[in-house]
Amino acid sequence: MTEEIIIAGFGGQGVLSMGKILAYSGVMQGQEVTWFPSYGPEMRGGTANVSVILSDSRISSPILHEFDTAIILNQQSMNKFEKAVKPGGVLLYDPHGIVHPPTRTDINIYKIEGTKIAADMGNVKTFNMVVLGAYLKAKPVVKMESIRKGLEKSLPERHHKLIPLNLQAIEAGVDHLEVVQKV
Amino acid sequence: MGELRLMKGNEVIAEAAIRCGCDGYFGYPITPQSEVMETLMAREPWDETGMVVLQAESEVASINMVYGAAGSGKKVMTSSSSPGISLMAEGISYIAGAELPCVIVNVQRGGPGLGTIQPSQADYFQSTKGGGHGDYKLIVLAPASVQEMNDFVELAFQLAFKYRNPAMILSDGAIGQMMEKVELSDFQPRLTAEEIKARYGSWATTGKTADRDYNIVTSLEMDSAKMEHNNLRFQEKYRTMEEEEVRYEMIECDDADYVLVAFGSSARICQKSVDIARAKGLKVGLLRPITLFPFPKKSIAELAKRVKGFLTVEMNAGQMIEDVQLAVGCSGNNVPVKHFGRMGGIIPTPGEVAEALEQKLIGG
Amino acid sequence: MDLAEIIKPENLVYKKPNLLTNKTMHYCPGCSHGVAHKLLAEVIEELDIQEKTIGVSPVGCSVFAYNYISIDWQEAAHGRAPAVATGISRVNPDKVVFTYQGDGDLASIGTAEIMHACNRGENMVVIFINNAIYGMTGGQMAPTTLLGQVTATTPCGRDLERNGYPLKITELIGQLPGTSYVTRQSVHTPAASRKCKKAIKKAFENALAKKGTSFVEIVSTCNSGWRMTPVDANNWMEENMFPFYPVGDIKDAEKAGPEAFTKKN
Repeated sequence: MTEEIIIAGFGGQGVLSMGKILAYSGVMQGQEVTWFPSYGPEMRGGTANVSVILSDSRISSPILHEFDTAIILNQQSMNKFEKAVKPGGVLLYDPHGIVHPPTRTDINIYKIEGTKIAADMGNVKTFNMVVLGAYLKAKPVVKMESIRKGLEKSLPERHHKLIPLNLQAIEAGVDHLEVVQKV
Repeated sequence: MGELRLMKGNEVIAEAAIRCGCDGYFGYPITPQSEVMETLMAREPWDETGMVVLQAESEVASINMVYGAAGSGKKVMTSSSSPGISLMAEGISYIAGAELPCVIVNVQRGGPGLGTIQPSQADYFQSTKGGGHGDYKLIVLAPASVQEMNDFVELAFQLAFKYRNPAMILSDGAIGQMMEKVELSDFQPRLTAEEIKARYGSWATTGKTADRDYNIVTSLEMDSAKMEHNNLRFQEKYRTMEEEEVRYEMIECDDADYVLVAFGSSARICQKSVDIARAKGLKVGLLRPITLFPFPKKSIAELAKRVKGFLTVEMNAGQMIEDVQLAVGCSGNNVPVKHFGRMGGIIPTPGEVAEALEQKLIGG
Repeated sequence: MDLAEIIKPENLVYKKPNLLTNKTMHYCPGCSHGVAHKLLAEVIEELDIQEKTIGVSPVGCSVFAYNYISIDWQEAAHGRAPAVATGISRVNPDKVVFTYQGDGDLASIGTAEIMHACNRGENMVVIFINNAIYGMTGGQMAPTTLLGQVTATTPCGRDLERNGYPLKITELIGQLPGTSYVTRQSVHTPAASRKCKKAIKKAFENALAKKGTSFVEIVSTCNSGWRMTPVDANNWMEENMFPFYPVGDIKDAEKAGPEAFTKKN
């Protein structure tokens, strides 16, 4: 199994840390992983993206031109990455701030109201975990147990008290995934 | 099995340095490698192993601190990115001329000039052909994964001390910034002064004792005949490296008609390009030089006798291609050697490489 | 007195320090480097620290300092001696490290390195030979060349508009909290040499006591570069250099630190 994912949105949305938790979860269940970020000034409030690869075998290129899954969190990223999803692949997006929803007919499209759900839960910072939960519902590439271990590994110890809150957010994402289109 | 972590390449350089018993790191911040010193400072190895970590006032100062500390026989290193390495060129030349061991990490970014902070491999010439003034060579290791960022720190030190020559880990912004699963090396203690002397002899500035004449660490020799003699000795050393230290990896080359030649992150991309080409029924392989100096020219010459052509894939305008052409020229079978590269911080995609292979080599 | 009488130990009036090697010095007759080297060798010998002293020689006339004193040496690139010394000192805290630098090396091309090493308070000694000229390359203007002074690159004298002011780097160094002892000396008379030796000794004692950076400037002559006889050079130095570069302690503090800012005299 190899899953190639791009997560793209604004800097500050937790794009990179969502990728890191996902990648660490892969490590926790014995997979090969790569996490490749966009870096530099563009991280400061501009767009941020990270590609994550989880695989049962040695990973070749960490840099990709097409993806099994695109998780898209703003319009710029939609413009850039909708076309990069492999035919039959998955596009998951948060409709908040999206004015031109995806139009491709050859891919599976899912929606998650991450911004709204996180706000309703009273902690907008857990937005990325809601989206992660939705992704795991659409594509259960890692076990929930690995996610918990991944959170433990990627969060500094002083933030471990936040793990239950993060897990709650993931659960909320799992529960609220909306199917837009299945191919 | 060592400890498994998910880490950035840059962070791993720092962790590997601490674990291999490095005595000192001297550096100056520059994107995309600042995490090396940041990680070291956060780890506070001075409490754990006694390793010194110092933020210098410039790259010029940091390489000269390395020069001084290396002259005293210690296991020391620095890291920087392309513009900073240019500033270090003078010091690196002195270190090579004084025959001192040290490790220099270059997490390359695009140039020339201030260029860009995105990944590049445009320092190939600078790294493999000397870089500073005078006839000298660095041992150049090109990691293609975060795991190799870990493994090559100790390897670079071993080679540097074996030959009393600076060794460079030539990485790039992609490997430095990327996180992968890495198995960390076990801790080795730092060597004591006595162990250093026993292992490497007493050429260093450890303090003049009654049992030996005083030591001078210098690259200066005003007598031209002696200076030529020094140069001949250096060249002999570089030839020995070419005989004994060539490292490379071949992937699916056994039945290959065409071979991609790529190092570092380009080699990772090319692995996928090989898959793409093979899926189309094209017999394509990949040769990945791990040591850029010494360069695996013999293996390329051997391949040249049975393949139809080579495509070098580099994040530059075509630098390593010259070494591949030389090697192919030596084989007596002048098959075509082409280059595909992206510049300015753009990383080629596996698909682009596969297309270039068909257009430049197979179709052409 | 016959020869047998003369060579009796009790009749010894002068002796080359044991740590000075027997190599013939390449310095010009009349040059201050020879005296400065001798004082250094005497201090290292008297403090019995040959085994723990590492010298860093610069680029300039004293590039070959390593030929003359029997201690371990490292030769630095032009201006970089303080960085090299920092490297040695940091990974060998038990050693006494000193740099020996000229004015071009220390106050021009190596300004950044000396300022930052002194500001960090690297535990080391700096011997700074200021003869207001580039000796080795043939007498060009140095950062410390006086206004009006003739050099190969200021044939009509150093001109303020073209070349700016001479740099009193030692006064600048004295302002840095990392230094504990900053002094300006000379070696042009036996009395001056004796004072200079005391200063060098104090600097090395400070290094042994881990008091941060100690900085000893030696206002020197370069009679070849100045195109003068040694005697004229000494006189010219007294008349022209000393008013601008006054001899004496600039700072003598118990230890390095912000409280070590105050000027002593």
